[in-house]
Amino acid sequence: MSLWREVRLVAGKDLRIEARSKVTLQQIVPFGMIVLLLFAFALDPDRGILRRVAPGLFWVTVLLAALLAVSRSFGIEADNGARDGLRLSGLDGPALFLGKAAALAIELLALEVVLTLVVVLVYGIHLDALVPLTLATIAATVGVAATGTLYGVLAAGLRVRETLVPVLLLPVVAPVLLGATRAWEAAIDGIPSDAWPWVGLLGVFALLFTAIGMLAFGPLLEEA
Amino acid sequence: MSDQTAEKRDDTRLLKPVVSTVLGWASLVAVVVLTLFGLWGAPADAVQSDAQRLMYIHVPAAWIAYLAFGVTALGSALWLWPKTRSPVWDRVAGSSAEIGVIFTALTLILGSLWGRPVWGIWWAWDARLVTTAVLFFLYLGYLALRRIPTSPESRAKRCSIAALIAFVDVPIVHFSVNWWRTLHQQGTVFNEQLDAKIHGVMAFTLWFGVLAFTLVYVYLLDRRYRLLALDEDREDREVELAIAERVAAERPVGNVSSAPVGGSAQ
Repeated sequence: MSLWREVRLVAGKDLRIEARSKVTLQQIVPFGMIVLLLFAFALDPDRGILRRVAPGLFWVTVLLAALLAVSRSFGIEADNGARDGLRLSGLDGPALFLGKAAALAIELLALEVVLTLVVVLVYGIHLDALVPLTLATIAATVGVAATGTLYGVLAAGLRVRETLVPVLLLPVVAPVLLGATRAWEAAIDGIPSDAWPWVGLLGVFALLFTAIGMLAFGPLLEEA
Repeated sequence: MSDQTAEKRDDTRLLKPVVSTVLGWASLVAVVVLTLFGLWGAPADAVQSDAQRLMYIHVPAAWIAYLAFGVTALGSALWLWPKTRSPVWDRVAGSSAEIGVIFTALTLILGSLWGRPVWGIWWAWDARLVTTAVLFFLYLGYLALRRIPTSPESRAKRCSIAALIAFVDVPIVHFSVNWWRTLHQQGTVFNEQLDAKIHGVMAFTLWFGVLAFTLVYVYLLDRRYRLLALDEDREDREVELAIAERVAAERPVGNVSSAPVGGSAQ
């Protein structure tokens, strides 16, 4: 079986579970929306503060929701011996990693589309330079999905998984938050060309951690 | 059998006991001398006055933090490499990370104490400060991972991969935060443009501080390693004892004496 087919198989499995359980749609997306609403309560919505800090709030919200998504992604492997099933499936570590990361990235992208609508409509921002904005979003999402999958499998099988993943993951993805926020700021309010170095940084981050994940997933799954 | 025991005993020590003792005393003397030079020997700074004296421990603490995390990465890589895989490297990595986290915290606290009189603020959103803070949390997470009870082999594998991820992430954090903002004082000693003229005694004190802290680091690493090794040994013995008790309880009238406990080499 080619790598591409194996990846599609694993990603398809995760997405099918999501299509049937609708946990991302009915729990994680509403979670993100309520966080964006709470930010408006915490800050003053009348003085334009929300508009100025919208990119940062958006990406903090995405990271918080991503923690839930990572937890869910490995929660479905925890029951009914699903992890043994993965180990016995004969699929290679890199394919398993890419499949799970791809499913996570697709779920996060869907979440981001909804949250972007909320930010545009409720915070009142205008999306001007769509090309750098979209590329930055995709690169950042791949980076978060790759690191999330990596730490998800690292903590899989541990009793403290739920509390361990955030403390491991958030410091590592700090550059993603920084890069994505700056890129969004440049694309929305500033000079769009300022976004490109950040898009590059996000791309390097995504590639690097995808490579690490492909190498490390197999050995880590053995321990889980 | 006796060979195995001897090997095991070697494994639980990083340095020979004599070396360790000498190193301990040497670090103590070095720290006392550093204190004398830092507080009285070196003159007060023309601009920063006495606050600058904090640099004699702030800079060495930061150096030790980086050294310790470097050693953690090295130990983790050596554990992951099949040819050099040994519990020794896992213990070195773990011990070094603990020291690194403590010295990172010390760096942040000392820097903060210095920043208050000199910059007028406890904390600034400057590139190096932010990087150091992220570094602190990266390795705090690593230590949290280490504390989770699993088999030594499994823990070593997870932790060495986590340590290498953290190590790879540090330059990215540094780079991205640098783009974001820079306000920190540029390096003084190695800055060619500045052609710094540091007072001889001040420069000596700074370098001596680095030396003294390095001695302290190696000593602490050795002690922490020993403690970890003894801890693992104790756990092994406890497991063997529990198994022996279980076996004894299940046999009707046992002649099970303490044989398995005595031969606790493996």
